[in-house]
Amino acid sequence: MRAFMKLSSVQTKLYLREPMSVFFTLAFGPILLVIMGLIFGSLPRPELNGLSQMDLSVPGYVGMIIGITGLTAVPIGAATRRDAGVLRRFSATPLRPLTYFLADILAPFLVTLLGVLILILMGLFIYKVQFRGNWPSLFGAVVLSALSFFALGYAIAGLVRNARTAIILGNVIVIPMTTFSGAMVPLEVMPASVLRIANFMPLKHVVTLMRGLWTGEAWGAHLLEAGILAGIFIVGVVIVALTFKWE
Amino acid sequence: MKANQDRVIEVEGLVKQYPGVRAVDGVSFDIRRGEIFGMLGPNGAGKTTTIECIEGLRQPDAGSLRVLGLDPRQDGFALRERIGIQFQSAALPDHIKVWEALDLFASFYQKSTDWRALLEKMELEEKRNAPVSKLSGGQKQRVFIALALVNDPEIVFLDELTTGLDPQSRRAMWDLVWQIQTQGKTVFLTTHFMEEAERLCDRVAIIDHGKLVALDSPQALVNGLGDESRVVFESVDPVDHALFTALPGVTRVERIGERTLVYGRKDGLIGRVVNTLEGARVPFNNIHAEQPTLEDVFLKLTGKEIRE
Repeated sequence: MRAFMKLSSVQTKLYLREPMSVFFTLAFGPILLVIMGLIFGSLPRPELNGLSQMDLSVPGYVGMIIGITGLTAVPIGAATRRDAGVLRRFSATPLRPLTYFLADILAPFLVTLLGVLILILMGLFIYKVQFRGNWPSLFGAVVLSALSFFALGYAIAGLVRNARTAIILGNVIVIPMTTFSGAMVPLEVMPASVLRIANFMPLKHVVTLMRGLWTGEAWGAHLLEAGILAGIFIVGVVIVALTFKWE
Repeated sequence: MKANQDRVIEVEGLVKQYPGVRAVDGVSFDIRRGEIFGMLGPNGAGKTTTIECIEGLRQPDAGSLRVLGLDPRQDGFALRERIGIQFQSAALPDHIKVWEALDLFASFYQKSTDWRALLEKMELEEKRNAPVSKLSGGQKQRVFIALALVNDPEIVFLDELTTGLDPQSRRAMWDLVWQIQTQGKTVFLTTHFMEEAERLCDRVAIIDHGKLVALDSPQALVNGLGDESRVVFESVDPVDHALFTALPGVTRVERIGERTLVYGRKDGLIGRVVNTLEGARVPFNNIHAEQPTLEDVFLKLTGKEIRE
């Protein structure tokens, strides 16, 4: 337990010292929010069923932060440390692989929570977005989405041969995923062809779940999304268990 | 000396097979508590594979292993509580500071020593807040040794401790190893530096192509060469080797650059070589006799020179 606590806290500190990860997890969402605010303002829009652009952007960007962190920072960090021989050094101690894996997931999760918090506070206090759901429920959705995407990211790290491939693959997946999932631009304004693609984007289900809970819908209305995310989590963990190597 | 109790490592018939190559081919030896044991051999001889099987990080294909009474294959985690490992190549996470690394690794063990005192002993006190990645080669190596000592281990494994270090840092490392021994710990190191093995180790195992070719104290290994010695001199022009091979007691002659090396029975060798050179009116200088070293032992046993 002491090893887990120490490792989590060190990994969190190290995460915060990595400029790229900090940018995408903490700064990118708020920056987009400011840009959207400048373009659209907080006025209700008829094509969004009377919601403002910002009402949709905040929960969408929460999903986006989780998606980007899970598919870039998590796999790149894990593969880089493995390639460099960091894990090999850990393997020479009594540290258990499971302890390492859990701490390695907790660190980006804590920073992601911070990013989500900043985004929500900005939305509530600067852009006066309307939140009609309840906070524990939303927190639960953030945890489920993060578990799912971080396990997926870790699985990618386990499947690729080196960190370079992880970087390329992460970016190749992330760009269409944020575009076609409704995280960046609401699906309501997209053509039908994009909507069909969107269903195959795991992040779309995060965004749908987030927005639903944000506007006060019940979990019961989102069992499909929750089930898909839980399924991704389980598949991810199985892949991690099968592919995890100390070196 | 009571047997078994004093043997902290027992290796019997160790075999490790990689595709196409038998990296370790039936190696057997024991290591006693408190000694500095060195494994000497060229790159690719099987040193690292042997040491990593003993540490429980690689699964041998055959043979039996006991380390501190444990089987590294089954009791890996328990064993790693009690040993310290320094790898030939390893890394720490990016951006980690010296003190954070020590504090972190200390938390992995049930029992650990005060890492602050360790920092002081390693002369890393001033660098405690520096990122490990910004340290010099010698400083980094000291951090890795500190990490290997953080659990107050009974056996310390040092793989290629001084490779890539300048001569001054290398000597500083030797002092550290002697200090570790003074604390009652056993040291198992690998090296491909002859001088390091000769100066540092109580006993040396010479390994080549995965096989153990000799095991004894450096002095005994050198003495095993008999009374062979060599005389070395420099000359601009090559000298006919037959001049020397005709002398009594000379076994062979070698020329490397401007240096000629005459090997043979120690007694009177230098005198006979000088007389021969003067008799043949060959200009020469810097003539001297050299005592045999581990290098010569290695050459004799494996038929080749170890290259640094």
